[in-house]
Amino acid sequence: MNETTLLKMRGIDKSFPGVRALQKVDFTLNKGEIHALMGENGAGKSTLIKVLTGVYPKDAGTIELEGAGEVAIHSPQDAQNLGISTVYQEITLCPNLTVAENMFIGRGQGVLTNWKQINADADKLLQSLDIPARATQQLSNCSIAVQQMVAIARAVDMDCKVLILDEPTSSLDEQEVEKLFGLMRDLKEMGVGIIFVTHFLDQVYEVCDKITVLRDGQLVGEYEIKDLPRVQLVAKMLGKEMDDLSDIKGESDEYKGNDAGEIVFEAEGLQSDAGIKPFDFHIKKGEVNGFTGLLGSGRSECVRAIFGADRILGGKVKVHGKEVKINKPIDAMKNGIAYLPEDRKIDGIIGDLSVRDNIILALQVMKGFFKPFTKAQAKAFADEYIDKLNIKTASADKPIKALSGGNQQKVILARWLLMHPEYLILDEPTRGIDVGTKVAIQKLVLELASEGMSVTFISSETDEMLRTCSRLVVMRDRKVVGELSGDDLTQNKIMATIAGGE
Amino acid sequence: MTKNKGNVLGVIKTIASHQLFIPLLALVLLAVVNLVNDPSFFEIKDVTNNAGYIVKSGALITILDYGSELAILAIGMTLVTAASGGQDISVGATIAIAGSAMLRVLCGGNSRPETIQAPIIVAFLVACIVGMLCGAFNGMLVSIFKIQPMIATLILFTAGRSIAAWINNNELPIVPDPKFAYFGGFIPGIPIPTTVFIAAICIIIIAIVLKFTNLGLYTQAVGINESSSRLNGINPTFIKFLSFVILGLCVAVAALIKVSRLSTINYSVIAKDIEMDAILAVALGGNALSGGKFNIWASILGAYVIQFLTTTLYKFNVPSDALAAYKAVVVIILVVFSAPKAREYMEMFVKKLNPVRKEAA
Amino acid sequence: MKDKKKESIFNKMNDTNLLLTITIVIFFLMYIGAVLFQGGGFSKPQMFFNILNANAALIITACGMSIVMISGGIDISVGGVVALVSMCCAVYLDKTNSPSLLVSVLIAVGIGVLYGLVQGFLVAVLDIQPFIVSLAGMFFARGMTTIVNTAPFNVENQAFMALKDTRVNVPFLGSYNKKGIYVPAYIEIGVIVALLIVILLFVVLKWTKLGRSFYAVGGNKQSALMMGINVRRTKFLSHLICSTLAGIGGYVYFLHVGSGSASHAMGMEMNAIASSIIGGTLLTGGVGNIIGTFFGVLSLSTIQNIVASAGLDEAWWTGITIAAMLCIFLLIQSVVMAQKKKAIKA
Repeated sequence: MNETTLLKMRGIDKSFPGVRALQKVDFTLNKGEIHALMGENGAGKSTLIKVLTGVYPKDAGTIELEGAGEVAIHSPQDAQNLGISTVYQEITLCPNLTVAENMFIGRGQGVLTNWKQINADADKLLQSLDIPARATQQLSNCSIAVQQMVAIARAVDMDCKVLILDEPTSSLDEQEVEKLFGLMRDLKEMGVGIIFVTHFLDQVYEVCDKITVLRDGQLVGEYEIKDLPRVQLVAKMLGKEMDDLSDIKGESDEYKGNDAGEIVFEAEGLQSDAGIKPFDFHIKKGEVNGFTGLLGSGRSECVRAIFGADRILGGKVKVHGKEVKINKPIDAMKNGIAYLPEDRKIDGIIGDLSVRDNIILALQVMKGFFKPFTKAQAKAFADEYIDKLNIKTASADKPIKALSGGNQQKVILARWLLMHPEYLILDEPTRGIDVGTKVAIQKLVLELASEGMSVTFISSETDEMLRTCSRLVVMRDRKVVGELSGDDLTQNKIMATIAGGE
Repeated sequence: MTKNKGNVLGVIKTIASHQLFIPLLALVLLAVVNLVNDPSFFEIKDVTNNAGYIVKSGALITILDYGSELAILAIGMTLVTAASGGQDISVGATIAIAGSAMLRVLCGGNSRPETIQAPIIVAFLVACIVGMLCGAFNGMLVSIFKIQPMIATLILFTAGRSIAAWINNNELPIVPDPKFAYFGGFIPGIPIPTTVFIAAICIIIIAIVLKFTNLGLYTQAVGINESSSRLNGINPTFIKFLSFVILGLCVAVAALIKVSRLSTINYSVIAKDIEMDAILAVALGGNALSGGKFNIWASILGAYVIQFLTTTLYKFNVPSDALAAYKAVVVIILVVFSAPKAREYMEMFVKKLNPVRKEAA
Repeated sequence: MKDKKKESIFNKMNDTNLLLTITIVIFFLMYIGAVLFQGGGFSKPQMFFNILNANAALIITACGMSIVMISGGIDISVGGVVALVSMCCAVYLDKTNSPSLLVSVLIAVGIGVLYGLVQGFLVAVLDIQPFIVSLAGMFFARGMTTIVNTAPFNVENQAFMALKDTRVNVPFLGSYNKKGIYVPAYIEIGVIVALLIVILLFVVLKWTKLGRSFYAVGGNKQSALMMGINVRRTKFLSHLICSTLAGIGGYVYFLHVGSGSASHAMGMEMNAIASSIIGGTLLTGGVGNIIGTFFGVLSLSTIQNIVASAGLDEAWWTGITIAAMLCIFLLIQSVVMAQKKKAIKA
């Protein structure tokens, strides 16, 4: 272990039933270094951090800490005692307590609390870290940024050597992020090693010294920030070397109906309360387009706004040129819009209900409360789509939660196809499912488009989007930053647009 | 040997996991206990009642008779539980309110009227509206103000009996028309208690509703995954609200039976502790008290099992005020066995035992 | 400079203190209003002390309730426990040979502790909803009370009666009766116990690790866990304290009424919850104060007294008044919470 090395993780393996989340991952952190941990969803970032903080036990590998040699970390408490502190995306403090209390609770004290002492200590620390809060203030009266900084102050005060910041900036505005970065730089001066997880590229290049990239549970590499231009970073995260990239054009038949080219859906200045900037959007009949951008760039929020899934704050929406109001999902459904949500577990499946009920649900709701399908009808619908999409289930009566991820996704897809929508939105339909199903879903999308359906397709995998979409809306930091179509639809161009800046 | 054992265990597990298993098992156990204690429990005799008609009598008839209110309440309670993941503890108090309103209409504010002041049907409809208003009040607190169901219903639980007393100026009016007593007793010439028919009608109505509307599908969807239901166009707020209103309707019907049994009301005693029995019926039917999927028939069966238990306890000379203690024990046992944490611990315990067993073999 | 100071004082106010201030102000306004407009009884100091005498048991149980509610739970078995304790002590003092007062106190506390252990275990270890657990607890206690003894009866034990009738005069306060004789104001033993418990719990909540853990667990369970607090133990202890206080409150209640009956303390859990809520304890947990609860009890009984002396003394008004007050405070809390969430989101 060399003198400046603070933390050395070697050959970390971690498996969950059916998934190898981490395979022989190495990670090294030096003193006084801000180290970005990058990767798309499912790359293994959070698993690595949870292994380091003792939330998950590791299957294999070693963790060495400066001054302690090889260590075994079994619980978050162990990690804290070893000087590894974590600040999570969600603020893990108690909003009803004071700032000072949040900094000191849960740590060894005498029987009675000396409030004067604690408040004085807290104020001193807040001042030294330049955090604009008073010790006696109630935490919930502070801005989110200050709360986040109080969490960091708590971590710092516990003599932490390694500070893990797991997406701390996702709820902060620019000024707040600047404050946080100032604090990070101060800590760096003090010799603390910081692991910084974020989806925002700009932030990485602003504050970090090194980058470690993970993909599919494997280490892609560790780079000095100056050696890795943005475009290459994106390429490494997405798993495409620049040289390998070739244009893959879909070979689908285009829709050739009379009304081809008619604008099916149009939005102007649409905005929801999910934190996206107002955006314009339209889609033509038989067109497949996509929203692209890194995770957290706002692509899901855009389509949720189209479907009325979040609270709509403003903007105009037209269907077939006629202005309509879409304030809640049922409005969108009645206008022929269907939406397959990003998070299958939370927003998609109704776990305890049968496959059949899950398939007919949306159409049933459209049909109305007083007109339930007969058993025979429901069975016919379910069987038709189980057959059509090749859903593997013992029977249509099985609860959907008993199915594999891919088959669950097919059931949700079947639910929306059964509605025969004019405009289908698919948000990450291929995430976390096997390759065969992925290809099947892509094919299906093209087929549906050739029959006249308009489809919006979102995926973290750029080549999937290239294969299916004829037009891409590019997003960065919750803003639409570009639109690509025709010859511009190449990996290189997309990555350049996503990366921006340079 | 071990394999054989495993198979048998597997079969037992399959049977045991069926939703009707627990209520049926409880029913059989109770029947056996009674058979051993006193076989005459199962006799059904023809007796002449006060009005001079020949009617059926016996413990089984009593169970069917007095289980009716509970079965009716179990219908509404199941829906509330499924949709909101909580329970309504104000049903006893709202029965008092609805019953009191009914008496007020029937007796016109006069505590000893010569004749009824309004047709029974009008009184019943008023009771229905009052019951549904109470349900709507609870439903509003739960669905719009997002207050936990049991806390929200605590308000009517406290105030209900006082409101009931206030409706009739704390007097205890007696309904003069003997026809009113038919609902909780016997219709002349029919040897089976009317309550059995009322319960049957309610069960048939809910069966029809479940068959010809999407109430069941929507309620379960909302209870299992509210966010997902919303994205499929269901309005979870309304469904929760609706479930409370339906329970309010069930309460009104139960109030009709309760009040009719005595032709009068006792505000502090009427339908006392019935909320406990109704919740117990839902739990006994194997429905998760945390909401989601439900089986209304299991709840109804559960209701009759509880009445069976009550009648059995009476046979063992347990005073009526002490019943609550026994039932509380049953509730705790049921809840403990259905708590996921408790199951976890039990599995861990079994695992710990297993290696010991192997060594012994 | 002055302005700045003012602003900082307002900002310093956390939720707990803000709600506490509101409660105390409302109480004094109400009491002064009663003195001014209804005069008579309210202007005599003994009226105030009678409120204390009649509600000592409620103060104690409400304090326990506040602790459970601050840590995010609820316990509706306290009324039942009070009735059970009264009945058991009454039976012990009246139907056994040479009973001792000390043993009767031990019985009371023992029942409370036992209740706390069982309910705490079910809630904290087995993770069952506290409402269901304590609902069953309430029915169990009520049922057990009648099993112990069905008929209500008065205790005639000499030593007990002496203790029951012990009155402690309040210095400097009193009034002249119709004959012009000075009658000093008095309080009963139970009030002293209640005040001691209020002070003790105030200290525990404010200055001990355990007390602060209650707030942390009620504020955010997950965060509390991450910050190294033993959530399970904290929940367990909150129920243990609440039930133990219900046991003690039961004895104080018994001391006040001097009888055992299955219908004792009917709806007391409701009054305890209402007092806590009026005293500024949030149902969602994490916010609350024992002093607030104390004033919550006083407010509640003052309102009842006002309602009664306004001529609305039919029994049902009490239930309706409490439920209405509770309903209003619940709605306020719900709206405040929603507003706060919105503010954080925006």
